[in-house]
Amino acid sequence: MDQLLINPDYPHILSTLIFLPLAGALLLLFVRNEDFSRYWALGITTLTGILSIPLLKAFDPTTSKFQFVERMDWVHSLNIQYVVGVDGISILLVMLTTLIMPLCVLASWTYIKTRVQAFMVCLLIMECAMLGVFMALDFVLFYILWEAMLIPMYMLIAIWGGPRKIYASIKFFLYTLAGSVMLLVAIIWLYIHNGYSFFIPDMMWQNYSSTTQILLFLAFFLAFAIKVPMFPFHTWLPAAHVEAPTAGSVILASVLLKMGTYGFLRFAIPITPEATMTLAPAILWLSIAGIIYGGFTALAQSDMKKLIAYSSVGHMGFVTLGIFVLNTRGVEGAILQMINHGITTGALFLCIGMIYERTHSRELRDATGVGKYMPIYVTFLTFFSLSSFGFPATNSFVGEFMILAGTFKHSIWLALAAIPGAVLAAAYMLRMLQKIVWGGTDNPDQSWLTDLNVREICVLAPFLFFVFWIGLGAQPFIDLIHVSVANLLDSYNAFHGHAVAAADLLIH
Amino acid sequence: MQFLPELTLLGAGLVIFVVSLGKSNTDTIRNIALGLGAAVFAAALVSCGQTGELFFGAYQVDLYSQVFKTLIAGALVVVLIFGAKLKGVNPKVQPEYYLFMFMSVLGLMMLVSSVELISMFVALELSSFAVYIMVPMRDELGNMKIQMEAGIKYLLFGVTATGFMLFGMSYMYGLTGSTELSIVIEKLSLMYNQPAAVIAMMMVLAGFFYKLAIFPFHFWVPDVYEGASNETTAFIASVPKLAAVAVLIRLISLINGEGQVIVNVLMVCAVCSMFYGNLSALVQTDVKRMLGFSGIAHAGFVLLGILTFQISGYANAMYYIIGYVVMNLACFLVICTVSKKGENVRIEDLTGLHKRSPIMAFTLAVGLFAMAGIPPFVGFMAKFMVLAGALKAGYLLVVILAAINTAIAIFYYLSVVRVTYCSDPEERDEVSPTMLTNAASVFLLLVIVVMGVTPQRFVDFAATAVKTIM
Repeated sequence: MDQLLINPDYPHILSTLIFLPLAGALLLLFVRNEDFSRYWALGITTLTGILSIPLLKAFDPTTSKFQFVERMDWVHSLNIQYVVGVDGISILLVMLTTLIMPLCVLASWTYIKTRVQAFMVCLLIMECAMLGVFMALDFVLFYILWEAMLIPMYMLIAIWGGPRKIYASIKFFLYTLAGSVMLLVAIIWLYIHNGYSFFIPDMMWQNYSSTTQILLFLAFFLAFAIKVPMFPFHTWLPAAHVEAPTAGSVILASVLLKMGTYGFLRFAIPITPEATMTLAPAILWLSIAGIIYGGFTALAQSDMKKLIAYSSVGHMGFVTLGIFVLNTRGVEGAILQMINHGITTGALFLCIGMIYERTHSRELRDATGVGKYMPIYVTFLTFFSLSSFGFPATNSFVGEFMILAGTFKHSIWLALAAIPGAVLAAAYMLRMLQKIVWGGTDNPDQSWLTDLNVREICVLAPFLFFVFWIGLGAQPFIDLIHVSVANLLDSYNAFHGHAVAAADLLIH
Repeated sequence: MQFLPELTLLGAGLVIFVVSLGKSNTDTIRNIALGLGAAVFAAALVSCGQTGELFFGAYQVDLYSQVFKTLIAGALVVVLIFGAKLKGVNPKVQPEYYLFMFMSVLGLMMLVSSVELISMFVALELSSFAVYIMVPMRDELGNMKIQMEAGIKYLLFGVTATGFMLFGMSYMYGLTGSTELSIVIEKLSLMYNQPAAVIAMMMVLAGFFYKLAIFPFHFWVPDVYEGASNETTAFIASVPKLAAVAVLIRLISLINGEGQVIVNVLMVCAVCSMFYGNLSALVQTDVKRMLGFSGIAHAGFVLLGILTFQISGYANAMYYIIGYVVMNLACFLVICTVSKKGENVRIEDLTGLHKRSPIMAFTLAVGLFAMAGIPPFVGFMAKFMVLAGALKAGYLLVVILAAINTAIAIFYYLSVVRVTYCSDPEERDEVSPTMLTNAASVFLLLVIVVMGVTPQRFVDFAATAVKTIM
């Protein structure tokens, strides 16, 4: 148990964060007042956000151990435990989740008009499950939360979604669930071969046989690659994004997609290092395919939400690229880029949602030329678009730069293949920006549009703040993750050094 | 005291018989039946701690049997509550309907305690024949006479399965010279290298496969589920399955290591049940038919738990079947409530249920998600434990096939949730469940969640119960 660090100052902070939204949701079930449920959900998510701040303050960035650990028996006969903890890899994702949720509630304030109370219940349950996924250190706990998340997300899309919501929601549900059934088998296999323990740190860096590792890796890969989504498992994403309500899209883009890449870092690399080494080249080239494919497809979209959705495929391609080059730059860049993508794409979805609330259309040509009438709106949109294609001084620049630096170190051809993706990103984002701000000579009449109100500015401002904070001073964020990443890669290299030494011994 | 639940049931049957002689209105009969059901449940609870032997060793009362009796009585009470109006049964024969229901439960309770072949047979027949009559008691629906067809099918398949079982029992008697289970199994366990012993065991199991609807004895399920009235189907789909699992565990727990052939056959049956059930359920439009096919698939999972030949495996199977019955009852509760005049419920009839009755929609959604095996409900934990147990026993391939089935199953459960939650009711009527039904649905929901979140206590208890018969 030397991987765990119990922080006595904050004995139950993680459980509080997980269960506060759940308790809020349960209470909300018995309320039939729409306004109350809005304020209640806002209050609960804000409180969760405030309570998560001490986490950042007391986090010790000099150790790679899991911190703020809480541990107790859950199902004794199967040795399932309730263990939660955070380390450098998950801390930022936890913070991102707690930050995004109050803004999602705010963004749905007037957007959601029917069944408000049920909507807020779904959001709160989502928050509980998402936080739990990032904190869980027991594989069954992780799996339960990972699956349980599907129900509220399905409801969010299927009830409050757009015209093709049924198709999109079912596709989302089936795809994700089908991907993770083999994960369950892998979990049980690991449990049996690790002295009947589901404790995740115990499963890492063990000497499983090569075939086993490949099979385990494939089970992980199927589950996580669908969640990311990696090309060619991405087809559920545009459908789900387009049909989901704004808050749903934001949650999906900012948090849910990160679970796939988080899964690669937390499970795939440490549990199956040998298979990772064998299969990394394939995954790297799949990432490149995703980057290029996402870029070209985004360029051809006329639906703004679809455009952002396909850009997500490209951006997440960068993240998986960074992870599987397996050097410090790349992995740190990938984690940072996970956060950046959460901030930037989340904000872009919010922007699209705001224009949709006014025009009730997601078509790009119905939103052309609004710059004249909505100056504050286009200011925000411009900054987020610039950030999206990695303009210097914005957050994505730092992330993409680190990933590309890491890729160059790994293989120059790979890096060269990824560069067009960055150019494509500029092309499709600028195309959208140009149309929305200025449009052409045939703009529809937009003079009736009203600019953003105070609530909407309050929603977008925090995102802008983080765009520039990470863009101009990313060091504090990198400090938080550095030791954990270094430890991950050291163990990975040591594992392979060990294997190579053993092989040498056999030969001589 | 040891025989109290059965005696209460007999008494209940007599009371209803007396009632059926006179002319009382349906409300009175309903209340009497409900009261008697509660009395049976109370009697089962009171006698839960009893142990002993009755009828010269043919009838064993132990913790295992008493737990199952309590569960059977509990399920009976829930069925009586939500089926209280008996919308689908001709008012003229309602007292008789209750009479047969109680007799069937009596048979099932006796079955759980039987440890001798003949008494087992008698108990099984008592429970089956009562249900054979309950099925065609449905009101006539548009001259189709589907209830008659269902009744005949149920009877013919049932009699065939019974024939198999009797034939197997005769083999057992011929091979071992006894009808007492303990002696039969002990002697039989030395003979599993002989085909006769294997065939005898398989044939006896066939009778219970029929009750539990495991491939290849599942053919009656869809038509009977569709043809019988909603209340009858709810009864058939839940209560007998508890007893069937109880006996299956009793029988299989006595097979020891030599029975590898039987294991292989059972494994094939389990996998075929899952695939057949899930694939057929995908295309159903009638909710009851769909639940019937899903029941076949779930039976496959239960069998997978039993297959491990370990106490933990039996406990898991017990946990699974209890969870299944609870989830199933939750779904049938909604079906019976939604059905206005006792007609069958198609999936599209559930359209917009969330507006017509929020609590029913919620119950159905939780029940279906639980059956699909989504955490944190009981269905997930049950499936997880069964799969973990099977993998521990080394059945990797079967576990993978079962996991694939989980993914297939989600689709049809989800499509029902979809119509209840994601569409408007158009012009469908309100659904107004009674207070008692609401209470029952809240109770079932609580059980589904609590069993799913804290499985430890339940599995431990099941293991304790199973140990008493080893």
